[in-house]
Amino acid sequence: MNAPNASGWRPSLGDAAQAKNATSSGDYALMLEEALSFELGSADKCGVDLEAPGRAPAAGLAKFMRKAAPVLPGLTEPETVRHYTRLSRQNYGIDLGPFPLGSCTMKHNPRLNEKMARLPGFADVHPLQPQATVQGALEVIEQLAHWLITLTGMASVAMSPKAGAHGELCGLLCIRAALDARGEKRDVVLVPESAHGTNPATAAFAGFKVESIPATPAGRVDLAALKSKLGPNVAGVMITNPNTCGLFEPDMRAIADAVHAVGGYVYCDGANFNAIVGKVRPGDLGIDAMHINLHKTFSTPHGGGGPGAGPVVLSEALAPFAPLPFVTRGDDGSMHLVEEENASEGHGQAFGRMVAFHGQMGMFTRALTYILSHGADGLRQVAEDAVLNANYVLRACADVLPAPFADSGPCMHEALFSDSGLAPGFSTLDIAKGLIDEGFHPMTVYFPLVVKGAMLVEPTETESKAGLDRFITSLRSVAQRAKDGDDSLHAAPHYAPRRRLDETLAARKPVLVWQGEPGMAGTPSLSEIGGS
Amino acid sequence: MTRYFSQDHEWIEVDGDVGTVGITDYAQGQLGDITFVDLPAEGASVGKGDAVSVVDSVKAASDVYTPVSGSIAAVNEALADQPELVNTDAETGGWLFRVTLSDTSELGALMDEAAYKTFVDSL
Repeated sequence: MNAPNASGWRPSLGDAAQAKNATSSGDYALMLEEALSFELGSADKCGVDLEAPGRAPAAGLAKFMRKAAPVLPGLTEPETVRHYTRLSRQNYGIDLGPFPLGSCTMKHNPRLNEKMARLPGFADVHPLQPQATVQGALEVIEQLAHWLITLTGMASVAMSPKAGAHGELCGLLCIRAALDARGEKRDVVLVPESAHGTNPATAAFAGFKVESIPATPAGRVDLAALKSKLGPNVAGVMITNPNTCGLFEPDMRAIADAVHAVGGYVYCDGANFNAIVGKVRPGDLGIDAMHINLHKTFSTPHGGGGPGAGPVVLSEALAPFAPLPFVTRGDDGSMHLVEEENASEGHGQAFGRMVAFHGQMGMFTRALTYILSHGADGLRQVAEDAVLNANYVLRACADVLPAPFADSGPCMHEALFSDSGLAPGFSTLDIAKGLIDEGFHPMTVYFPLVVKGAMLVEPTETESKAGLDRFITSLRSVAQRAKDGDDSLHAAPHYAPRRRLDETLAARKPVLVWQGEPGMAGTPSLSEIGGS
Repeated sequence: MTRYFSQDHEWIEVDGDVGTVGITDYAQGQLGDITFVDLPAEGASVGKGDAVSVVDSVKAASDVYTPVSGSIAAVNEALADQPELVNTDAETGGWLFRVTLSDTSELGALMDEAAYKTFVDSL
């Protein structure tokens, strides 16, 4: 094996290495330094046995024959398995401990979901199979659509978008299609400061001009400021509810009515639906479109071993413009896909499609499993427990960390703190790094922007009280050290495999392409792998 | 030459009908280490309050609003390789762009240095 980090792509161990007695391997105990796959093995190794081609390629294909060996790492199967397993040990995930990232809803992924998603009838189907052979899979999509519509009180749902931001785009394209159908050219989308950062990005990407709405001192949308911006050029508003301050927008109905009165539409970012699932139906609040992150509220894994899923529920006004395809149930109970060929029968105004096929089957199966295994009462309790846990964290820490909106009443799914009041020179980043030493993944930091040095903690309902108490003890301890001016916190994390990394250098001079030395065993030159 | 300040923490130093715009030292301190500056196109016409530039830091990406209307006369090319100039020399060498003013009366809505200092102290 080549020495780890031969090409110098990794930050050095720095203080951590100096603090320990050097080992001959460069590894410490069973925490292993891991080289890149290109630095492991050698070009003459291969993990699979490929037969030599038995005959010359067909005449027409000959010109595509490779002239040089492919530039691939040369690893045996055990080397490959160990490489990825070692890397996985350096990762931190929800299966290892709490993951309190605010607005990210990192909660336990029930194993029943996984069992169902692995059933061959769902896991092994192909999107181009004849529909008669995948009736069960199509029924899963139809059933999940039914429950998403029921839980949100909306008219319809587009199942195919692959993630939250993709869902936002889907919603805005529906709004644009609806405006086009009315023959109107509106180009402004209003986005409150308390919205997710993806909202203005999506609006701009969809070709709209973004105008920001300030937040009130209580952390809510400034209704008067919003009304003052409404006019005939406003296509709609994008609101995150509950918002990124962890607060419910009590004026949601009034906001929706005001936007509708001037002919605009209301998009709601549903990323924080976990706080209100089973309690509030967005359709009752006047919302026209909302994406649902199945990997948040409905407990599918983030990433999910492929694309995620961000279905978009739609109001009566936007439903006709939803993208294809759709699953419908025929009179005889059989499932059918509505595609371009047959859309004219009842869905001729679809704006197009977002993806090649029907969505992410694995995510659909997991989310439907979650809904059916929890039931209506279980989902309601999810929201109640998530809110209870967040308020427990908020009130347990509010005496050591300023909680700017604590006076606004209970929070929803996440507790928001500020770094005001720390000793001079100490900030949110020090607390986040200190939490790593304590064995916790840090919370979301420096977001939302409306709070100085924001720390956004979303414990979710899947942490026990004992688990929350451990986290609270650590957060309070680190916050107190920052208030007392404990200089050792500036160097945290002290006990992680890497000490504090230079985030500025990483952003200013990112190393995105492996920079191996030519001639190193098994290593291609930069030009061979498309680098420069 | 006269220097004015906006509530969005931009400064503008006006010489004749050309104003040089940057973010204040207070703003750079709040943003943290600047990693990238997205500058407007030279010649672009801009309206007072338009987001014409974006400053990326390790904490956030922040819009920079032009405090006056006009057209972009120049941008600070040095920031492409040295975005850290905005941290080290926010109110001098870390300027972002120059704008040819179309309406000098807009300057009346801005603060002078003393008023800006009072404003920052109140935050």
